[in-house]
Amino acid sequence: MTDILPFLKSLISAPGLSAYEGPVAQLVQDKWKPLVDEISMSRIGSLHGLKKGRSKPPRPSIMIATHMDAIGLMVTKVEDGFIHLDEIGGIDVRILPGTPVIVHGKQDLPGVIVMPSLKTLPEDLRDGAIGLRHLLVDTGLLPSKVASLVRAGDLVSFNTPPTELSGGVISGHSLDNRASVAALTICLEELQTKLHLWDVWAVATAQEEETLGGAATSAFHLDPDLAIVVDVTFAKGPGADGWETFPLGKGITLGWGANLHPYLYKKFKELADKLEIPVAMDITPAHSGTDAYSIQVAREGIPTMLIGIPLRYMHTPVEMVAVNDIQRAGRLLAEFTSSLDMDFVSKISWEDEDAK
Amino acid sequence: MPNKTPTIGAAQFKLLEKLCRAVGVSGGESEVRKIVDDEIKSFVDEVKVDALGNVLATQKGRGAKRLRLMLDAHMDEVGFMLVADDGDGLYRFKTIGGIDPRNLVGKQVVVGKEHTLGVIGAKPIHHTTPDERKKPLAEDALRIDLGPESKIKVGERGTFAPNFQRIGPSLMSKSLDNRLGVATLIELLKVSFPNVDLCVAFTVQEEIGLRGAKVAAQYFKPDLAIVVDATPAKDLPMQFDGENIFYNTKLGLGPAIYVSNFSTIDDPRLVRFITNAAQKAKIPYQIRQPGGGGTNAGSIQRAGVGAPVISISVPHRYTHSAMSVARVDDWKNMLALLHVAIRQITPALLKR
Repeated sequence: MTDILPFLKSLISAPGLSAYEGPVAQLVQDKWKPLVDEISMSRIGSLHGLKKGRSKPPRPSIMIATHMDAIGLMVTKVEDGFIHLDEIGGIDVRILPGTPVIVHGKQDLPGVIVMPSLKTLPEDLRDGAIGLRHLLVDTGLLPSKVASLVRAGDLVSFNTPPTELSGGVISGHSLDNRASVAALTICLEELQTKLHLWDVWAVATAQEEETLGGAATSAFHLDPDLAIVVDVTFAKGPGADGWETFPLGKGITLGWGANLHPYLYKKFKELADKLEIPVAMDITPAHSGTDAYSIQVAREGIPTMLIGIPLRYMHTPVEMVAVNDIQRAGRLLAEFTSSLDMDFVSKISWEDEDAK
Repeated sequence: MPNKTPTIGAAQFKLLEKLCRAVGVSGGESEVRKIVDDEIKSFVDEVKVDALGNVLATQKGRGAKRLRLMLDAHMDEVGFMLVADDGDGLYRFKTIGGIDPRNLVGKQVVVGKEHTLGVIGAKPIHHTTPDERKKPLAEDALRIDLGPESKIKVGERGTFAPNFQRIGPSLMSKSLDNRLGVATLIELLKVSFPNVDLCVAFTVQEEIGLRGAKVAAQYFKPDLAIVVDATPAKDLPMQFDGENIFYNTKLGLGPAIYVSNFSTIDDPRLVRFITNAAQKAKIPYQIRQPGGGGTNAGSIQRAGVGAPVISISVPHRYTHSAMSVARVDDWKNMLALLHVAIRQITPALLKR
């Protein structure tokens, strides 16, 4: 198996906030180009790579979707050289003070999100968590320079450097969901030497964190016979040990719930067991909180499945994921894809309630 | 030794970066001590490391009536110590020095001699309530995460991950407080001052109670002392009605001269002397707003039989956080001011 770390590190060093996925999309496109037969962008910025199957056309197709957009911030106001912010995607403001960022003004400006001097805040706000409207970015530049380079609407992305920790885990920003983009890349690499009858649409979707709009439109556009979404799920960690959390580095998850097709769950579970890839059931009773939610209702409805990679500290600049889980997801995707036979679609039935 | 004017150029930025990338949490200053030792040994007459780890260097003058001038810069920085191993690479910790826990969450850290990387995370926003997000996360709710196969033992110290950058007019890094002071004293030692005996103390344990400076002063028994440190600049715009009258200092207005703070009233003769020296040499300076804060001056003033003291500092924003911001020009001007002032020191300065 090729070493995915260098590519993953480049992905989590690139900006690509929701609706502004350009820089990360370019990296993915460069990586995928030699691995697929055709590659193109959707109207709203999702990347579509087609790896053709070996059966005679018309071939059935599987779409594997991983969102590539990241959470971040946007400039609301520049005042005396300091930059005020709003969020893109859900951010717990308590993680922000001291976080290194890049302000994408007329030039990319490094800076840091700061907690203002407490006496500059209304008295009743000094003891609590400092709200987003009171946090600032300091770029180290003089006010006149900041005013000439930055304006409302400019993007601000996290700039925490990728960090490898003990036990094969990597930490950084935007591992949600670049870790899954890396897994899909591993799948494409494995499919270079693995026979698959079906067409494979590798899709890096846009705007998951805000609208799920990339996935919905790509699913409509590509009209696949079935769809697999790969996204991160909650790893156990400090403050996170509920039923919805999974040990880091100990295996991946298979989604179960209304957004996800029970027949696909069953097939994935059987395959994972056969391959001895450890999997756990990730239960999302109603809304999976992923692209699967919108893909399932594209066109006339698409059988959809969700693979989860456990990730600690989700939506912080120090997200953490185990590289072996990324490899497990990539391998399972490749094996599943190559296992698809020509009459798979005809066997799909929702009446597999005992699949679990 | 030539009596050259100290300057700040490529070599000094490199040294400051090295000092800022070092980890020297109070009680564990070895890394900084080693850099200091290497830098100063060829410029001093005597140097020793005392029982607490202070580096105490003497550079003798040549004139007949020389005052013993103590210069102090603390080497230590704020950080934490690992206190319990929860397994799976997760550790409980206690902060060392004054860190607002609101500055810890979501940050990268380094631990131990090898600068082992780790993070302080937070539970996913998806599992929090809006009310919960209004309350700061307390220190004891946070964990240092060093990865599942961490072999690090409790008792190790650590701090924010090194992140030094020079950007435009600014320096941005952890521990500018007080590696700026340390770098300044190293540069001053490279100059010769025939009129005084320089007693230079690179001190430990400032952040946990001005402790190193006390024994350093008791060793040197100086006639007077100048404490060189970094002081907070709270010069941010007001976010409600009113004017920011509590700015302490402002970036870019020059080195900050103390007149009084929580720990000391600075000696009026020295305040007058330093400000006059600045005016005469046309070096910008500012008076640090009286009140709050403290420096090693508080400890040196009352050590042994006591000594007149003054503090001078580079202003920096966001003290004791992952990244502080200071201006290169304020540092340059502090070095220049100390240089011209020290050369003018004579015993007459202390006459009542």
